[in-house]
Amino acid sequence: MSILVFVETAEGKVKKTSLEAVAFAHALGGPVTAIALGAAEADELGALGKYGAQKVLHANDAKLNAGITQAYTSVLIKALADEQADTLVLANSSLGTPVAARIAAKTGASLATNVVEVPKGTSPFVVKRSIYTGKAFSYLELTGAKKVIAIKKNAATVAEVGSAVAVTPYAVTLSDADFAVKITSSEKATGEVLLPEANIVVSGGRGMKGPEHWGILEELAKTLHAATGCSKPVSDMGWRPHHEHVGQTGVKVAPQLYIAVGISGAIQHLAGVNSSKVIVVINKDPEAPFFKAADYGIAGDAFDVLPKLTEALKAGR
Amino acid sequence: MKILVCITHVPDTTSKISFTDNQTKLDSTGVQFIIGPYDDYALARAIELKEANAGTTVTVLNVGPADTEPTLRKALAIGADDAVRVNADPKDSFFVATQIAEHAKSVGYDLILMGRESIDYNSGVVHGLVGELLGMPSVSPVMKLELAGTNAKLVCEIEGGKENVELTLPFVAGCQEPIAEWKIPNMRGIMSARTKPLQVVEAKAADSGVQLQKFELPPPKGAVKMISPDNVAELVNLLKNEAKVI
Repeated sequence: MSILVFVETAEGKVKKTSLEAVAFAHALGGPVTAIALGAAEADELGALGKYGAQKVLHANDAKLNAGITQAYTSVLIKALADEQADTLVLANSSLGTPVAARIAAKTGASLATNVVEVPKGTSPFVVKRSIYTGKAFSYLELTGAKKVIAIKKNAATVAEVGSAVAVTPYAVTLSDADFAVKITSSEKATGEVLLPEANIVVSGGRGMKGPEHWGILEELAKTLHAATGCSKPVSDMGWRPHHEHVGQTGVKVAPQLYIAVGISGAIQHLAGVNSSKVIVVINKDPEAPFFKAADYGIAGDAFDVLPKLTEALKAGR
Repeated sequence: MKILVCITHVPDTTSKISFTDNQTKLDSTGVQFIIGPYDDYALARAIELKEANAGTTVTVLNVGPADTEPTLRKALAIGADDAVRVNADPKDSFFVATQIAEHAKSVGYDLILMGRESIDYNSGVVHGLVGELLGMPSVSPVMKLELAGTNAKLVCEIEGGKENVELTLPFVAGCQEPIAEWKIPNMRGIMSARTKPLQVVEAKAADSGVQLQKFELPPPKGAVKMISPDNVAELVNLLKNEAKVI
């Protein structure tokens, strides 16, 4: 099989799940070509060679700086044909997942999103998917000669397997139809650890008693280089923005470490965090249901425990 | 304006999930089925658009066997005008998208709404598949949708923020909160839903190139280790040396 990996970037840097997509493709075997669209740092792209890409293409067209599903679909379909690739691997994301869908519909490829690990073999080609919002898995055989696979965070282990490669410019022809959807402006957190990408997430719930108390939680997050999240009530009350809402109808996270502070642990919240490797729960109420889903728990007051925890972490450096 | 809202029939978010038939089928014993939460947002927004724009009709569609009809009736009670059930097991995203696209072609909708993803298979691809099959733009996840004639202004969520987006009808949108408040059917709605048209159509063949092998539950979680609030250094120690995550 010959594989194309669509690599997403944020502020010029390759997203972590996209690095995992390259590692995933490398683990499948067969030549791997990576492609990035829009502005990105050349060094960052060249470094993809270390993680398994034999070739790196860069469609550096200013029109592609914003992630427009239809335009990205057109470019990637052409790149699949040019590279004679039969398989596309990308990261599940607000952009990657819809792009995967449109490409599969256009090319007739077998499609699987939310894939959580590298298949054991390629014949039969069976992927493991996360379903029921993390409550179960399904094993799906992809029978088509063409495949489109969107991976969930932590689906593959990133390791250095080669050396950096030169980046090849990739020329694109774009039509007006590709830009039927116009992005007029965007608001994006910059310089922060993005929640879906984070290795550590610190989340607060109603137990934080108000947005004015988020400072101690942010201090802990900063010390751990973590992203901050919140429960649904907190985002509903406008204490925190919606893109920080972790749960069934919000962001599903899969960090190495999830620290929940003042969150009772409703099943809808657990659905957003059950792919975390280790869960720590800090809650005043020792009967909070979240403790049952936790690895480590502290039954204590957030306003007492958080500053002490931040201090202990700083002291341990 | 004609609006199509595609809804899923899925286990309630609090359901305990288990499987039968050699791990190939959901065990629906004791499971309460609902309109998918994201689809419910799409439906609520469609009803708001209908109320604000005279002459607008809202059709709801589900791909599923006969036992999903109460879910369609609930959507009619919330305010949809008519319902379509494509009589088939919704086995995969491409199959479902094909059924939606075939129906949409026969009617010609101005706007096709659905949830950003179903909460059973979580694929998040049906809006994109339908968009491509119909040659329409697709947008997801949409948090706000305003229409002025055929011009639409949307707010879409992206990782770590949001985008303001403009496009013109027709298009397909995958919706999520806070696009509208969920609507609860009232008695009048429930009564009128009984007599609203519910059309059953047979499915078209679709080769999706995917075959389910089996389902699996995650391994059970071990017991929680409790640490005294006066000994947070112990937590740091455990995270470093036992869990090895910091």
